[in-house]
Amino acid sequence: MNAQRKQRLTLVLVIVLGASVAVGLTAYALSQNINLFYSPSEIYMGEAPKDTRIRAGGMVVEGSIRRDPTSLRVEFDITDYAHATTVEYTGILPDLFREGQGIVAQGMLAADGRLIASEVLAKHDENYMPPEVAEALAKAGKMPPMPEAAKGY
Amino acid sequence: MIPELGTFSTILALCLALILSVVPMVGAYTGNKLWVDYARPLSKGVFFFLSIAMVCLGYAFLTNDFSVVYVANGSNTALPWFFKISAIWGGHEGSLLLWVWIQAVWTLAVAVKSRNLPLDIIGRVLSVMGMITAAFLLFILFTSSPFDRFLPGYPMEGADLNPLLQDFGLIVHPPTLYMGYVGLSVAFSFAIAALLSGRLDAAWARWSRPWTNVAWAFLTLGIGLGSWWAYYELGWGGWWFWDPVENASLMPWLVATALIHSLAVTEKRGVFKSWTVLLAISAFCLSLLGTFLVRSGVLTSVHAFATDPERGLFILGMLIFVIGGSLLLYAIRAGSVKSESTFSLSSRESLLLVNNILLTVSCAMVLIGTLYPLVMDALNLGKISVGPPYFNALFVPIMSLMIVFMGIAAVSRWKHTEPSYLVKQLWLPAVIAILAGVITSYAYSGVLEFWVTLGLTLAYWIVFSWIRDYFNRARNRDSLWGAVTKQSRSYYGMLLAHLGVAVLVVGVAMVSIFVEHRDARMQAGDQLEFRDYTFIFDGVRKVQGPNYTSDMGRIRVLYKGEPYRIMYPEKRMYTARGMSMTEVALDPGLFRDLYIAMGEELDGGAWAIRLQYKPFVRWLWLGALLMTAGGILSASDKRYRRQNNRAAAAA
Repeated sequence: MNAQRKQRLTLVLVIVLGASVAVGLTAYALSQNINLFYSPSEIYMGEAPKDTRIRAGGMVVEGSIRRDPTSLRVEFDITDYAHATTVEYTGILPDLFREGQGIVAQGMLAADGRLIASEVLAKHDENYMPPEVAEALAKAGKMPPMPEAAKGY
Repeated sequence: MIPELGTFSTILALCLALILSVVPMVGAYTGNKLWVDYARPLSKGVFFFLSIAMVCLGYAFLTNDFSVVYVANGSNTALPWFFKISAIWGGHEGSLLLWVWIQAVWTLAVAVKSRNLPLDIIGRVLSVMGMITAAFLLFILFTSSPFDRFLPGYPMEGADLNPLLQDFGLIVHPPTLYMGYVGLSVAFSFAIAALLSGRLDAAWARWSRPWTNVAWAFLTLGIGLGSWWAYYELGWGGWWFWDPVENASLMPWLVATALIHSLAVTEKRGVFKSWTVLLAISAFCLSLLGTFLVRSGVLTSVHAFATDPERGLFILGMLIFVIGGSLLLYAIRAGSVKSESTFSLSSRESLLLVNNILLTVSCAMVLIGTLYPLVMDALNLGKISVGPPYFNALFVPIMSLMIVFMGIAAVSRWKHTEPSYLVKQLWLPAVIAILAGVITSYAYSGVLEFWVTLGLTLAYWIVFSWIRDYFNRARNRDSLWGAVTKQSRSYYGMLLAHLGVAVLVVGVAMVSIFVEHRDARMQAGDQLEFRDYTFIFDGVRKVQGPNYTSDMGRIRVLYKGEPYRIMYPEKRMYTARGMSMTEVALDPGLFRDLYIAMGEELDGGAWAIRLQYKPFVRWLWLGALLMTAGGILSASDKRYRRQNNRAAAAA
């Protein structure tokens, strides 16, 4: 093997080694940081794990928002119209959060089945429903008729 | 009448684009000079008719022509005139028109600015660009025309532009970002033309370099503007969310960054040729993929307008055609490419190869993190999301590693550099960088935060290794000033862009670790203290805007007990859509921002208020601006023009 070939071989080996380390790290990081989505019905059935971060979504139940009078803690129920889950959150809710709106909360399930949320997402538009929520509602057979205007977006 | 004129000129532009994609290409193959000569006038024609279409759409917005569906959905009589203009690209249809218009601008620029390129090359390049234009025009005309009408009845009032988009950021962010996205099509077209003609040499790299630099600069600026907009408009104070839509713009940026470095090697040394071509193809394919992700409705975010599956299918088809076609061409032609020189393992070429590998690997990681949830969903394996920790865990180490190599590359030489020479050159900058990093980190916070110390050390490393290189260059000159004026513009462009990286790294490290925020429940008279600042809430009053009503808070800020300034955060209610929006109050500064956002009204007249202290956050965008300036400066280097003149003289 001449010097130049040897050099090329080293280069290729370094690249292959680097790439496999990268792939390994990626796979590891990915497996650590995936958040699965569960509907209120699935949480009710006990299908959702208790000790990892999950996402849950549904429609905010009318009249269910309860605020702590001295802090920013707030509790509300989300539903797929079959079952409901209580979400607890401390902080500022997004602009588009309101009763009857579809939202997604990210957090951990407490032992009593409440979701302690670290993040509440209500994005985009007043007629918008997060796709996960729409699917959860459809699964529960409770898809409400979409308002006419929503089709434009 | 005017909207029909818009449709009509779009169709005319399509016809011209179709001719442009066939005639000069055939001419270049058959050696028919007359046919190739058609390329330039056709490019001008496409630009002319698309400009008319843009003006027609703008006119429909300015005159509140709500018989046009797109205008009725995205505008309102109460909307200020400048937002009516920017509403042109506030929705799916119009932003596609903007996309294709910018494509026409780039085509025109190539047609006008490359007088000195060989005729067959310019014919092929413009032809490929014409094909891209034609494909997008077909997409617009068949699935998403902005000129469609409500007939026979139409609304008297428009639905208003999404309040999130009623902002200066929307006026500038999409056009800049598209200039970058679409500009990559120039590099792509040059690559395809080179593959078709089989003339893949250093001259090709020299032609496509300035174009790629400019496109990259726009892309950098566009991403920076998007981050700045998200920072002050979304009300969270975040500047990067690893949102799939942001990733869609970051991926082409990473590959384009690799491309401008690899083009440098190809131009100077005649190696990496087929790799460079592959990067040029990938960069544009990724920007198409970004368009697909954002426009097809597979993702949901502020950017995703369309959820019409037909549109998604069309873009997907185009994507498969472009990626498949160009990779096939690459597979057939790239094998015959020969390197013009060799290099040793320890050389500037190898270091730039490392840069390329790290950039493409990080792009692949972003791609996996972005597409994985979509694939899982498509295979019905559950709905998942990949969180920011994934991206941070991978991106930060890779980029840190890359900066270490960036410093080494600064003093390295082409072809071969003795490792002992590198050590001799760099031990001093390395020691100084580590010392300076530790000292500044400790001086700032009183503790040694690992990530901050690392970030500062890396930033110093970039700066000091370049100073070392500068002294090497100056040693051969009579005076230091002589060295300053003798360096080329592209050298200073590179310096500026790398300095931008250093500034960006400082910003990222500082703001990520030392950000402080409080979410508080505040009543009139309440006060809150942190970081030498006292915030006193004076209450809220109603304010009437042109198309919204607002609750405007008043917060007095004291600095070390002395009155500093009064800040007015707002909660706006946009009446047409009944949508509420947070308007942040900012006190910007080079070393820190004060950031106040109002949440919702609570019982008893109290408000939820978010107060943030963001150190060095401006450095993020300052870094992006420096990189942009660097990209443009090096594209304006004399040697590209000189090369052109020489080529003209030879012809």
